Amino acid sequence: MKSGSLGSYIARRLLQTIPVILGVVVVNFLLLQLAPGDLATVLAGEAGGAPKEYIDQLRARFGHDQPVYVQLFNYIKNLLVLDLGYSFRQSAPVLELLLKRLGPTLLLMGSTLVVSLGLGVLMGLLAALWVRTWKDHVISVAAVIVYATPLFWVGLMLVLVFSIWLDWFPTSGMENVVAFHEGWNRVVDIAHHLVLPTVTLSLFYLALYARLMRASMLEQRGLDYVTTARAKGQTDRKITTRHVFRNALLPVVTMAGVQTGGLLGGSVVVEAIFAWPGLGQLAYQSLFARDYNLLLGIFFMSAVLVVIVNLIVDVIYVFLDPRIRIG
Amino acid sequence: MTDIVLSIDDLKVALPAWSDRRFAVGGVTLDIRQKEILCIVGESGSGKSMMGKAILGLLPAPHVRAVGGKIMFEGRDLLELSDDDMRAIRGGRIAMIFQEPMTALNPLMKVGQQIEEVLEIHTRMSPAQRRERVLELIRDVHLPEPERMIASYPHQLSGGQRQRVVIAMALALEPALIIADEPTTALDVTTQAQILHLIKELQRAHGTAVLFITHDFGVVAEIADRVAVMRHGEVVEQGPATQVLGAPQADYTKALVAAVPGLKPRLKELDADANVLLRVTNLQKTYRTSSGLFGGTVREVHAAKMINLELKRESSLALVGESGSGKSTLARCIIGLESVDSGLIEIDGERISGRTRAELRPFRKHVQMVFQDPYASLNPRQRVGDIIALGPMLNGVSREQAIAEARELLHLVGLKPDAVDRYPHEFSGGQRQRIGIARALAVKPKLIVADEPVSALDVSVQKQVLELLNDLRKSFGLSMLFITHDLRVAATVCEEIAIMQRGEIVERGATAEIFATPSHPYTRSLFEAVPGREWISSLG
Repeated sequence: MKSGSLGSYIARRLLQTIPVILGVVVVNFLLLQLAPGDLATVLAGEAGGAPKEYIDQLRARFGHDQPVYVQLFNYIKNLLVLDLGYSFRQSAPVLELLLKRLGPTLLLMGSTLVVSLGLGVLMGLLAALWVRTWKDHVISVAAVIVYATPLFWVGLMLVLVFSIWLDWFPTSGMENVVAFHEGWNRVVDIAHHLVLPTVTLSLFYLALYARLMRASMLEQRGLDYVTTARAKGQTDRKITTRHVFRNALLPVVTMAGVQTGGLLGGSVVVEAIFAWPGLGQLAYQSLFARDYNLLLGIFFMSAVLVVIVNLIVDVIYVFLDPRIRIG
Repeated sequence: MTDIVLSIDDLKVALPAWSDRRFAVGGVTLDIRQKEILCIVGESGSGKSMMGKAILGLLPAPHVRAVGGKIMFEGRDLLELSDDDMRAIRGGRIAMIFQEPMTALNPLMKVGQQIEEVLEIHTRMSPAQRRERVLELIRDVHLPEPERMIASYPHQLSGGQRQRVVIAMALALEPALIIADEPTTALDVTTQAQILHLIKELQRAHGTAVLFITHDFGVVAEIADRVAVMRHGEVVEQGPATQVLGAPQADYTKALVAAVPGLKPRLKELDADANVLLRVTNLQKTYRTSSGLFGGTVREVHAAKMINLELKRESSLALVGESGSGKSTLARCIIGLESVDSGLIEIDGERISGRTRAELRPFRKHVQMVFQDPYASLNPRQRVGDIIALGPMLNGVSREQAIAEARELLHLVGLKPDAVDRYPHEFSGGQRQRIGIARALAVKPKLIVADEPVSALDVSVQKQVLELLNDLRKSFGLSMLFITHDLRVAATVCEEIAIMQRGEIVERGATAEIFATPSHPYTRSLFEAVPGREWISSLG
């Protein structure tokens, strides 16, 4: 059931992602056509105005004078050989820009995932063990408050308190560029910069997973197999660790997989607040510069990322739950 | 007496303050002796399960707890024991078998590991010794391929196999007492017979005492040495099985015994030339599951293979089969909820199969269904009157008239007419099933398809609902297709029977003939599996 067919399962799932991603690209392309203004008008505007002939000339250079379907066709044709075009705004190939920004975003997403899942599961577990005591109430109420607080506000408050008042963490950026740290020092420096963005982005998901884990634990604890385990004479602690915990984890893992897309969206806000040099910040900049080539590239990259993370979650699920049959 | 294993003395189990009575168990005194099977019989709410749980300290504390009496076991009062001492007894000296084999095992843990857990908790065996013992246990409960079995997950096993695993778990340490709480209720009748046989065999071999909790007098007759009948948390009668079953003393026991559906076949009441209402010709239905966007492996389940059926006007046919036999699929096809692959379904000469939803609409009122689960089949947000009136209103009857008819129907099914203004949750299971029947009758159908309409009900309620269906059939001139897994119920309700197995009708004919001379081996095995059939036949 596993190992042998797992490889072919992954291969087939990857094949299935191709139409999904192409669909995403087409929809994004057409949506951007609806947006008012283009790179030519922005450039002209920044130059303090320009004659119509000059704007037309710019458009011809960017290929924007062609009919939409020709542009779309060309774009997809280039995409198939991973040519994402050229960003005239940043004067660099889109792919190169994306790859440079991918690392920081993955770092932020990864640390957020670890923190929110790890702490969320732990908090939910503790709340369930202490159910209906004051400790449970503290965790549950805190989770609801965090859950209801807007991301950007949390970010700004964290900066205000921990960077400006207490001066524990830097306000922005990924590393101290002028310090020229190398090796281990650089890792420590980046980790130091990573704390506030990660906390900001994690809190919402942490609260979500904590609530889900608590509910899931309580639900599982009422099921028959737990009574079976009690009837065997098993201790409460072992019942929790051996029986309930793994079963309760399943819905949380599902939710974590679903939320990766949202995580990417949240990282746009967080990267903007903390000037984190990732894809989200790049998206934010390119949107205002009408740099649609770059924006499309970012969308493409995000779609690929979400699809891959979902695939990873599904594969993890196969190992967590023997009832899931693949193939 | 020294041969008493467990002695319950005036046990009281309190219910939470918000429930409708104070005690789930109100002063029960019972003894269980060595090497005997004591059956506790009672209907739902009699407190029999609570008593079983109280012995092992598994009550859903803190709301439900034992508040009085003693449970003496091996010289100690189980109600006084500390948590640690109680844990040592659970699974070690007293073990339990549960009702739902589908949920009683941890879905993420291998079966072997789950059995081994008992040994791990209570003994100092080495892993190799434990493994040896687990394999031995799996052989004891007659599970095939022990080596493969211990590496399986619960979902890879059938219900009967899972129940054998639970039994193996209970036997692991040769306990003095096994509490079995409705261990066969969720199983098919042939599987039930096997499991009952197994429990009896193992109990004889190991000399274990068994406290067997059940609602089914047939099962009692099959297995019990002694019987205690419970009602409203009290024991109304107890004694040797032969005495309680043969010559019941308490009125309640007499009523329960009388409600047990007999094996006396119902006779044909009609002349043979009544015309045919429902005809099913060469019906086929196969479920296919393909996986993924690009096809892949396809699994086929033949739910109906070349089914041929006939149902005459004003008669009734029982479709008898175990789970997975395709009987419910057939019913859904007939009522037009499921499309057929090939074949023909005709009602009153009109073709039903192969029509679109819109085309089917005028025919819907001719066939109505009574569902199995009286709790899930009524919309909890609608008043009973609206539930019943909806059908006629869709067929053009005014609301006032439909509600007036609903009141009449409710009276007819034995409920108060003012029930129209109440919501389903205010009624008991039996009453809800009556509402379900009234709803089905509201559009004046020609055919009623009843899918296990009494299997969720207590035996005394079951009898009342069956009698009601019978009366209504006569007064409305209805035909009925009655789907059931229970030959006993089929025999009391229907004059004709069709036996289904794996999507095929293996035997069909008049109830009396099939009961007298079952010809197909599967039919014979079904008869042999009816629990307590000798006792039931002796009831006459």
